[in-house]
Amino acid sequence: MHVHFLDPYRPGSSPIHQLDARVKLILTLAYILTAALTPIGAWPVYILLLAWAVTIEILSELGVGFVLRRAALALPFVLAALPVIFTAPGAALIHLPIGPWMLTITLPGVERFISIALKSWISVQMAIVLAATTSFPDLLTAMRAIKVPRLLVAIFGLMWRYLFVLVDEALRLMRARLSRSGESDRPDLKAGGALIWRAKVAGGMAGSLFLRAIERSDRIYMAMVARGYDGEVRAAPLPRLSRRDWLTLWLCLGLLLALLTSAALF
Amino acid sequence: MHHSIEIEQLYYSYPDGHQALRGVSLHVEPCEKVALVGPNGAGKSTLILHLNGILNGRGQVRVAGLPVVKENLGKIRARVGMVFQNPDDQLFSPTVYDDVAFGPIYQGLPQEEVRQRVEKALAVVNMSDYLQRVSHHLSVGEKKRIAIATVLSMDPEILILDEPTAGLDPRARRSLMKLLENLDITMLVSSHDMLMVRELFPRMVIMDDGCIVADGPTQELMADEALLNAHGLEKP
Repeated sequence: MHVHFLDPYRPGSSPIHQLDARVKLILTLAYILTAALTPIGAWPVYILLLAWAVTIEILSELGVGFVLRRAALALPFVLAALPVIFTAPGAALIHLPIGPWMLTITLPGVERFISIALKSWISVQMAIVLAATTSFPDLLTAMRAIKVPRLLVAIFGLMWRYLFVLVDEALRLMRARLSRSGESDRPDLKAGGALIWRAKVAGGMAGSLFLRAIERSDRIYMAMVARGYDGEVRAAPLPRLSRRDWLTLWLCLGLLLALLTSAALF
Repeated sequence: MHHSIEIEQLYYSYPDGHQALRGVSLHVEPCEKVALVGPNGAGKSTLILHLNGILNGRGQVRVAGLPVVKENLGKIRARVGMVFQNPDDQLFSPTVYDDVAFGPIYQGLPQEEVRQRVEKALAVVNMSDYLQRVSHHLSVGEKKRIAIATVLSMDPEILILDEPTAGLDPRARRSLMKLLENLDITMLVSSHDMLMVRELFPRMVIMDDGCIVADGPTQELMADEALLNAHGLEKP
């Protein structure tokens, strides 16, 4: 029994899949930066950014629906921006009396909230396209190329490798618990156990999973040392970028810069 | 009480499309001890996971007199003691006592009875002194015995073990075999340990590629070297 559903990568041969991972990573970061820097209420620029995202989604052959479904997972985090509705100064829209307090929703507050929600939503879409069209090893190489600290890249790599092992382990634990979760034939007994006891069992499972992760990390480290690991992460040299990749990179960066300037000017 | 296993034309495919069982039929009589052998990936573990409804394939499965369907799963899981290959999966509580008590507590037994069940189960596997030990620090052989105790405490009618002797040293293996020999209960054991199979199990079922390819007295099947070799097994 193995889990694959965690891996966001969808193999394919679209132009977006074939684009060099470094270019994709830089452009995604630049895109997210552009979205973040776009001022509040710059609606035309938001629409252009969204159009850009949708274009990429269509080009990547993932399907817009697929990306939107995934992006919905990030929606709850938008709630973090909810307080701005009440805190931004400006014309009052609605007064909400809650007990002795009075909450005031302001127009600039609503505008700011919608802007933040939109910006994070389109940024997440781009990140999803990146993860779905780039295999994780390529992504790691790309991170190395843009000078993310090597140790950090190595940690990401190991985390990715062993995340699946850990999830498999958790699934096996749960299966073993399920196998012993039986009902007695005696009609006077109610199966299931007390809530506190169940919570304790779940806590024990989490704890043993944690202990095993630590033990495994020890074994992995020993296996690495046994093969000559000395704390320094080395990597093969990177291949050169093709002319097409360079062209795409500069063209898109230029477009993003133009978008940002127009948003700032108007 | 039925204590039996009846499987009729069972088919199962994993979600990725891999067909793991292709029409398996198997009958195990009450108090019979049967060994399930075959190469890795033959479908032994998949078959075993059907016996308490963890997996649900197409076909008929009756265990301990009950059809394995959703409404019966609770009762079936109380009657079938399943010991997984890796004892670490089975021992998830802080102490040995908590682990062995899990099944009885889940069934809602009164505290005093839970205690008796735990003590009895640990006595059967010769681990009575380990009551308050931390499972995490035991040896593989000890963990294996505790894992068996965790299902014996449920008073199962059928015992199912997946590779019970894997990873044990000779002494731990020998004492585990003695333990299995003395348990008078219906038993289905998947194993690669042909010596153990020959010693303990009068009946042997060979699986390969999702099918049962041979089913008969262990002595007879073990003598057929061509058959064993054809299915990746070795004559002990």
